[in-house]
Amino acid sequence: MDLENQKRIKEFAEEHGEENLVIVLGGAEAEASGLAAETVTNGDPTFAGPLAGVQLGLRVYHVLEPEVKNEIDEDVYEEQVSMMEMVLEVDEIVEEVKTYREKYCKFN
Amino acid sequence: MTSPVIKGSSYVLVDATNTLLQHGSTQVGERQANPDSEYLKKLPNFLRSYEDLVGYAPNQAYIGNISVEDLRDKPQPWYENNIEDASRYSDWGEIMPEDEFIGLIKIADAFDLVKLEEKFSNNVKEKLAEHPLLDDEQVAKINGTDLEVMQKMVDEHIAEPLFIDGELVACVKQAHDTDPNLNAHIMLENLVVKASGMLSVFHLGKQEGIDLADVDYVIEVSEEACGDVNQRGGGNFAKAIAELTGCINATGSDTRSFCAAPTHGLINAAALVSSGIYENVVVVAGGSTAKLGMNGKDHVAKDMPVLEDSYGGFAVLVSQDDGVSPVIRTDSIGRHTVTTGSSPQAVISSLVTEPLDEVGLSITDVDKYSVEMQNPEMTKPAGAGDVPASNYKMIAALGVKRGDLERSDLMNFVEEHGMPGFAPTQGHIPSGVPFVGHAYRDILAGEIERAMIIGKGSLFLGRMTNQFDGVSFIIEKNTGQGQTDAVSEDQIKNIVAGAMRNLAESLLVEEE
Repeated sequence: MDLENQKRIKEFAEEHGEENLVIVLGGAEAEASGLAAETVTNGDPTFAGPLAGVQLGLRVYHVLEPEVKNEIDEDVYEEQVSMMEMVLEVDEIVEEVKTYREKYCKFN
Repeated sequence: MTSPVIKGSSYVLVDATNTLLQHGSTQVGERQANPDSEYLKKLPNFLRSYEDLVGYAPNQAYIGNISVEDLRDKPQPWYENNIEDASRYSDWGEIMPEDEFIGLIKIADAFDLVKLEEKFSNNVKEKLAEHPLLDDEQVAKINGTDLEVMQKMVDEHIAEPLFIDGELVACVKQAHDTDPNLNAHIMLENLVVKASGMLSVFHLGKQEGIDLADVDYVIEVSEEACGDVNQRGGGNFAKAIAELTGCINATGSDTRSFCAAPTHGLINAAALVSSGIYENVVVVAGGSTAKLGMNGKDHVAKDMPVLEDSYGGFAVLVSQDDGVSPVIRTDSIGRHTVTTGSSPQAVISSLVTEPLDEVGLSITDVDKYSVEMQNPEMTKPAGAGDVPASNYKMIAALGVKRGDLERSDLMNFVEEHGMPGFAPTQGHIPSGVPFVGHAYRDILAGEIERAMIIGKGSLFLGRMTNQFDGVSFIIEKNTGQGQTDAVSEDQIKNIVAGAMRNLAESLLVEEE
């Protein structure tokens, strides 16, 4: 996960409280999405960024997951996401992100 | 107005394996943060030889010795299935060894910043004397320096070292004692751009029907910036390259838009030629030092060679219509504008379907789309996926949403209108432009009629805007489009007669 994004997420967590944050991912790949989910829950597994060794345990979802999709206006989702939904390996991505969320999220 | 045509193009790669270790941004960052890391210890064992780099099928596709369709048929992983007896040179360019390139950096150096160790200098001089595109005067610029003098400069951190197999063979000095924009690191990066850009222009100039003395203007489109403390990015790589490549009648300027710059450059070149301001415009870019070994950690972790081990460069000549060369259509330019938005639908619509709609073409009328042609063997291990394949799927998905394609045809479209990625992950180098040479060849051979070149750029990396950027254009077969603007004598007579008639009628009305 981008180091600058890690820094911003860490700062948001300090400012607003970990329990008040939800991370929405938009990664196009299962592995990369899983890595991002792991980073904001269990810490940066590459030990390269500000979240190395920092277990924020945040709520994290991919935008393709029903929990997020159902919260978004249908027309907006159609305009912004539907094309990618057709292209991406949705099941793989959802499964990967869900795995890390269920394992490390503190607010399930 | 004349139709601008692609008159020729060149593509070069340069072995930068040793430079990767020392100056790639991933390695520099790792050395600073974790100098004893396992990665840095393992890395030297994962580097390729020059021969492997030449035999690597995507590299042969980049310099044009094999077609992209040939590449598709090669067994994968490509790095385990090198082409035997692959050639260093091609009609379009070459894959230059690292030591010779250091010699070329010396030739590119206008301020005595590059120092070559005596023995190395003699050795490289001998090799470059054999280079088919360099003359004696250029090679004579190479001279040697005492190793101790170089070592002292490196130890005092006023020069960036260049090693071959662990031995200090050259260094690039800072160009100012205190100016951060002229420090040794930036001078090295900029001289690499200049030298690899020069190599590209040399290869363009060797092609039939091209005389570099006829070039009026050069547009440089890499991602580096040259200037001093008072004008970071003042420029001008273009003119620096023109000066040393025989473009004696040219001026030029640098165009920047991250990875989208080459496509911007080609559109600008087409406009300059089309308007008649210039007759011959070269668009050129050199390679990126920082991006060497960018995904090295992932490659090593996956037990595969670090494939981002070469600089890329290219040059394209856009000229006035010759009735034969493929034409750049100026009536179908795709643009991602400030209000386009960043959703994939919006981006692909603005770059693909909107410009096609303007001229009444459907997405299947374009035989090949050239998107971000990153080699997937470099990006997939790093979790970035197969970038060209994703782009083709997005274009196809948009086609399905618009009703141009059946959903069941989605993957067929990807297969037929797409191609495997074959360019090194050097930012601007893989972006749309690698296929220009192939498109030129395929169009002249009658294998395809039309290709779309798409360049996209991540402007947010510069922290000035969150905007994304992209532009696109179509290259197509020359069917005499340029002649349609020509007006015959009879047509002129008719126009004049019509104007006179209107004038007479209006006078009559006034009299009434």
